[in-house]
Amino acid sequence: MLTFSYAILVLTLIGIIAAIILYFVAQKFKVFEDPRIDLVSEALPGANCGGCGHTGCRAFAEAIVKKESLEGMNCPVGGELTMSNVASVMGIEAVATLPKVAVIRCNGGKKNTNAKVNYDGVKDCLYAHMTFSSEGGCPNGCLGLGNCVTVCQFDAIYINEETGLPEVDEEKCVACGACVTACPRKIIELRNKGIKNRRIFVSCVNTEKGGVAKKNCSVACIGCGKCKLACKFDAITIENNLAYIDYNKCKLCRKCAVECPTGAIWEINFPLKKAEKEAVLEESQA
Amino acid sequence: MKTFQIGGTHPEENKFAKDSQIETFPLPKQGVVFVNQHLGAPSKLLVEKGQKVKVGELLAKAEAFICANLHSPYSGTISKIDFAIDISGYKKQAIFIDVEGDEWLEDIDRTKDIIREIKLDSKQIIEKIKEKGIVGLGGAAFPTHVKYMIPEGKKAEFLIINAVECEPYLTSDYRAMLEHTEEAFVGIEIMKRALNVEKAFIGIEDNKPEAIKLMTEFSKKYKNTEVVPLKTKYPQGAEKQLIFAITKREVPSGKLPIEVGCVVNNLGTSIAIYQAVQKNKPLIDNIMTLTGKNVKAQKNLLVRVGTPLNSIIDYFGGLPEDTGKLISGGPMMGKAISDINAPTTKTTSSILVINQKEAKRKEITNCLRCGKCVTVCPMGLEPILLAQLSENRRWEDAEKEFAMDCIECGCCLFTCPAGRPLLDTIRVAKSNIGELRRQRAMK
Repeated sequence: MLTFSYAILVLTLIGIIAAIILYFVAQKFKVFEDPRIDLVSEALPGANCGGCGHTGCRAFAEAIVKKESLEGMNCPVGGELTMSNVASVMGIEAVATLPKVAVIRCNGGKKNTNAKVNYDGVKDCLYAHMTFSSEGGCPNGCLGLGNCVTVCQFDAIYINEETGLPEVDEEKCVACGACVTACPRKIIELRNKGIKNRRIFVSCVNTEKGGVAKKNCSVACIGCGKCKLACKFDAITIENNLAYIDYNKCKLCRKCAVECPTGAIWEINFPLKKAEKEAVLEESQA
Repeated sequence: MKTFQIGGTHPEENKFAKDSQIETFPLPKQGVVFVNQHLGAPSKLLVEKGQKVKVGELLAKAEAFICANLHSPYSGTISKIDFAIDISGYKKQAIFIDVEGDEWLEDIDRTKDIIREIKLDSKQIIEKIKEKGIVGLGGAAFPTHVKYMIPEGKKAEFLIINAVECEPYLTSDYRAMLEHTEEAFVGIEIMKRALNVEKAFIGIEDNKPEAIKLMTEFSKKYKNTEVVPLKTKYPQGAEKQLIFAITKREVPSGKLPIEVGCVVNNLGTSIAIYQAVQKNKPLIDNIMTLTGKNVKAQKNLLVRVGTPLNSIIDYFGGLPEDTGKLISGGPMMGKAISDINAPTTKTTSSILVINQKEAKRKEITNCLRCGKCVTVCPMGLEPILLAQLSENRRWEDAEKEFAMDCIECGCCLFTCPAGRPLLDTIRVAKSNIGELRRQRAMK
C-alpha cells in the first residue's frame, strides 16, 4: 500500500511542478493573436488557392485584420457572399468588386493555323516554350499542352480536343489567377465577367507585324487599328501591332467586333444579331 | 589512351560524310544575316536599308565588352532590315541582302598561299581577332577576343585545340584538318603568341586515324604543338572533359578553364583566326556537314553565313521521303530545326536529316531507379534528381544540386531506358536558375 502512495505522491508532485513551470513559460512567451483572424479565416472558403494574392486563406485573413479595411481585398473564390461575411465579422463595410473570369486570348489552335512541325517533347508548355515557337509558327500563341489545366484547382479549364486550345468553364472559374501565372506566354487574362456575362476581348497576343502574323494564323490580330477607330469610348489601345480592349472602359457596344477583318475580336454570350439569327434558322430548316 | 574519368557513353558514329571533300556552296540570291550571332550583349547596327555593301564590310559593331563584330558575307544591296525566323521558330533582327556578284573588300587576301610568318604581337593579334568578329566555332559562339583577355592574376599555361568532334555524324572539323592542315597550325602559332603560352595540345579522337597521322606529321614542323589521340567516347570534346583528358586537371565547379591555366578553342576557330590575322578575312563563312542516314548527297560544305537552309537542301535534291526531323548540330546536342527557311549563322555546323523511325522519342515510362543516368553523367551529377526538382519547379533546390554544372551533353537522355526527358527538364531548370541569379545580382 505504501508503494502505491509513494508513486501517487511523486507523480502528483511532478505534475504540479511541471504545471507551474509551464504556466510561467506560457506567460513569458505569450503571443497575442487577434481573435478576429480565426473568425475571418473561418469565413473564408479554405481552398488556399492563392487567388487573393496571399499564400493561403490564413495569410489573407491576417492581412485583412491588419489592414482593418477591405479596400483591394477580394476572395475571388467566395465572391460577394464570402466578402460580406468577412465584413460582418470585421464590423466594417464590404467593398463591391466586380466578379472576374479567366479568358484565353488565343484562337489559333489546330483549326486556324497550319502545323508546320510536330512537337514531340515533354508535354509541358514551359519546356515547349523554351524549345520552339509553336507548331503553327506563332511565337506568342497557345501551345495547347495544358499547364493551365494542370494548375487549376477548380477543374474549370479543359483542352478542347477539336481545336487543341484550352477553354474556360465560366461557372466553375473563380478567377484565382493560377492559370495566368502558369501560362509561360501570358495568354490568359482575368477580365470582368461583364453584364449578363457578356464580354468582348481581343483573342490574340501576337505582337508580330500584320503580314507575318496573318501568314501563320488566320485569326491573328494584325494591328490594323480599325477597331480603335470604331470605338467611341477610347477603350482600345494598339501597341506592338496588337489591339487591347480595356474592360473598364468598354461599354460592350460591339462596334469593334464588326470592324475586325480577321475575327480576332471575340464576343461572348451576346444574343445573335438579326442577320445571324436568320442564317441559323435557314440552316436548321435546310 | 587518354580519356576523361567519369561517365560518358558511345553512340553510333555514323560519320557518313567523312570522305567527301569540302565544296564551296554557291551564293544564294538573298542572304539573311542575323545581327546578333554571338553570345553576349547585342551589337550596334551600322548599315541601313538600300545601302550597297561589299564582302567583308562591317555590318554591326561590338560596343559592349562581351560582344562581336559582324561583317557582310555578301556583296549587294540591303533590301531590308527586319525580323527573320531562326531555327527554333522565334524571330530575330536580321539584315536581308540581295546578292549582286561577289565583290570583296580590297584588303582581304583571297589567294590560297599560306603565310607562315607572324608579324603582329599579342595585343595586335587580339585586336585583330576582335575586329574580324571571330567567335568560338565549337557551338556556343562566345566572342574569342574576350576569352583571350586573361584576367589579372591568372596565367594561361596550355592552349588546347579541340579537334575531337565527338558528336556522331559531324565531319566538318575532320575535313578541315585534312584539307586546311597548315592553316590550322599557323593559326595555333598565332593563338600561342596571343596568349603567350609555350605549349599547345590538339586533342583528336582515335576514330580518325588519318587525321591523327597527318596532324602528327605536321606537328613535327611546329615546335611545342602536340597531337594527343583520345579514346572515342562521348563527350570527349566537352571543354572540361577535354582539359581533364589531356592535362589531368579538373576545372572547379562554376569556374572557367583559365582557373587551371588552360584555354580551349575549337579547331575551326584556329583556322578562322589564321584567316583573320594573316589574310585579313573576317568570319563570314564556315564549314558545315549535310548528312543523314538516307541522304544521297553526303557533303561537307563551305557556306557563307546567312544562306537559307532550304536553299542548301534544295540544291542537293531535297529531303528523302522518310524524313522525320532536321537537326542543326550533332544528334546529341544539336537543336531541332522548326523552320527550314531559317538562315545559317556563324556556328551552324550541320544539317542533319533523321529518318522517321529514329526521330520518334521513346515513350515516357516511370523511372526504373536503374541509375544509368548517374553512371553516364560526365559531370558526376544526378540527372534524375535534377529532373525531378525541375518538374516540381524547385529551381533553388536544383541549384544546390549543381544543376548549373550540367554541360547539356545529353548522355543521360540517350541512355535512359525509360525515355525520361532528363535533359529537357534540366535545361529548363538551368534557364530559370540563370534568371534567379540575374535577379539576385540586380538586388
